[in-house]
Amino acid sequence: MSTPASTTSQRRPQRLPGRPDMFTSYAENMRMLNTTPKRRSVAALVVVAVAVTFVVDDPTLQIFALGLAASIGAIGLNLVTGYCGQVSLGHAFFLAIGAYTAAALSGDPDGRTIGFGITNILIWLPAAGIVAGIAGILVAPLATRLRGLYLAIVTLGLVFLGEHIFNEWDELTGGPQVGREAAVPELFGFSFDENGDILTGDQKIYLLMLVLLVIFAVAARNLTRSKIGRAFHAIRDRDLAASIMGVQLAKYKTIAFAVSSFYAGCAGALLYIVTGFFDPTAFNLLLSVQYIAMILIGGVATISGSILGAMFITLLPPVTRELAQFLPLLTTDPSASINIFIVEGVLYGALIIGFLLFEPRGLFGIWLRIRNYWKAWPFTY
Amino acid sequence: MTATGQDRPIVEFDDVHLAFAGVKAISGVSFHVGRRELFAVIGPNGAGKTSIFNVLSGVYRPGQGTVRFDGTDVLRLRPHAIAELGVARTFQNIELFANLTVIDNLMLGRHTHISYGVPAALAWFGRARRAELAARAAAEDIVDFLELEAWRTYPVGLLPYGVQKRVELGRALAMQPKLLLLDEPVAGMNLEETEDMARFVLDIRDELDIPIIMVEHDMGLVMDLADRVMAVDFGEAIATGTPSEVQSHPDVISAYLGQESMS
Ligand SMILES: Nc1ncnc2c1ncn2[C@@H]1O[C@H](COP(=O)(O)OP(=O)(O)OP(=O)(O)O)[C@@H](O)[C@H]1O
Ligand SMILES: [Mg+2]
Repeated sequence: MSTPASTTSQRRPQRLPGRPDMFTSYAENMRMLNTTPKRRSVAALVVVAVAVTFVVDDPTLQIFALGLAASIGAIGLNLVTGYCGQVSLGHAFFLAIGAYTAAALSGDPDGRTIGFGITNILIWLPAAGIVAGIAGILVAPLATRLRGLYLAIVTLGLVFLGEHIFNEWDELTGGPQVGREAAVPELFGFSFDENGDILTGDQKIYLLMLVLLVIFAVAARNLTRSKIGRAFHAIRDRDLAASIMGVQLAKYKTIAFAVSSFYAGCAGALLYIVTGFFDPTAFNLLLSVQYIAMILIGGVATISGSILGAMFITLLPPVTRELAQFLPLLTTDPSASINIFIVEGVLYGALIIGFLLFEPRGLFGIWLRIRNYWKAWPFTY
Repeated sequence: MTATGQDRPIVEFDDVHLAFAGVKAISGVSFHVGRRELFAVIGPNGAGKTSIFNVLSGVYRPGQGTVRFDGTDVLRLRPHAIAELGVARTFQNIELFANLTVIDNLMLGRHTHISYGVPAALAWFGRARRAELAARAAAEDIVDFLELEAWRTYPVGLLPYGVQKRVELGRALAMQPKLLLLDEPVAGMNLEETEDMARFVLDIRDELDIPIIMVEHDMGLVMDLADRVMAVDFGEAIATGTPSEVQSHPDVISAYLGQESMS
């Protein structure tokens, strides 16, 4: 039996003009961006994302930066829930663990809350991921015993447990309504959050998030196209058949929770450096639900969908608040009977239900439809 | 008398009893399968054929008996561990991953032959990429062997039933098994598809040297292909021997009376 892959992978295979989908080696076929349009559109997106830094004002850039950080968290949730099929409502808990690990490590040693003064992002970011990842490994045995709704409910319990701990543990969190400073983004003396000569702090943080998101997204895409990603898929769709193929269910569910929580931990560490401050009431059930909404709206089991969904959910409140100014009945006053916050809650619910009913593949599915429409143009059927 | 190495049967299934809440699915079945054998299991509906496969692959745990595969006691092993030892199977009702392409289903069959960890997978370049390319080449060999070229990039859920059965056989073959269990490989197939499948099964035994246990209702196929046959009824083995011996055995004939006629 021959192994054609080894003979052609040495040299870059030539492309035949007019045959864009023709692959001359498995290596070429198995590349992440295996067609020219894919490569071009990703390159264009990155260029636009960088250009945004210099076009958009700082407050808007802050919101985009939040969306980029949230994207990392959404990718994490999509790995365990979308790809591996283990529904987790505990994402807020892992975000919190990452946020507090990073904040404590980089915090002021003489400050009001726990701090070790290690401000190098290369230390606190991986640490936040690892601590959250270990928490994920500890939670994983639940997933080997419980399925579906039961797992969802038990992971929901994590959020309540976490809320209680973080609300009580004042030395770490500063306590509810008070809060503490977020992690300090510094790299070998270069500070990301202070205004510099060329770039403002917000611009630097936005670019930092962009670079990190690209790294996390590429790594996740690699994972999902690997042996491990296939095992996730197999467990989600038919766990009996998966084990007959030699997939160790417990091991791969543990990997899914570990990697997902690692991503959540890193996202939690990054999210709050945008505003610089956070308090423990942030890590509630609503936060978990928002992440579920991100992956359902963006697209289950897609990396680009996770990013789309995270951007969408992050941009939703600022946009609705803008709109509220034009609608007479809506107010941003929390004491009013129909205030903007209630409307937002209803909007999340309506969007989740709407997508589940009409476009289960999420925004990613809508994008596929648009693309297929244009592929077939002018034959629009 | 203890047989060793090449003389030892690949499967030693001895006095196995399995019951579900009162229903005796297997009661005291014993058989051995040789290393070059195509062993068929026949019997009426509900006789316990699939249950025998489920015991062999670790899905069900019998109350009594011993099951050895290649000399190893497999009764305490989980399905994935038995798969790692080299047992592959297909299912009576196709258990493919419908959203995955033919190639990806075959790649899943390579699972136990690909070894790299999470860090290598996240980084991709280097170890993971090399291993995936090797697995892809092996999967393509299966595509050639089973003549699946026309379908390789289609999600298997979209393929015709007969092709899906073939893909499932391919996924089991991708595991490079030491034993192949086929549960009704031609059920629901037309004549042409049945003939194709029969050719593949023979090639697997003769070219790839993989011993096979096959559960099948199609008596013609069993008579043509099998080296030995075991007939089961109500969880008991009523006859074991060459196809013609079993076919003419009075207990087998009476077990099938009132069912469909033989052959
Ligand atoms: N998981 C289970 N729970 C309860 N009873 C079961 C289970 N699996 C099998 N049985 C019972 O065990 C008996 C044997 O079933 P099995 O599926 O092994 O039969 P079979 O010979 O494969 O039949 P068929 O030709 O219909 O596939 C049947 O009476 C069946 O109802
Ligand atoms: Mg059966």
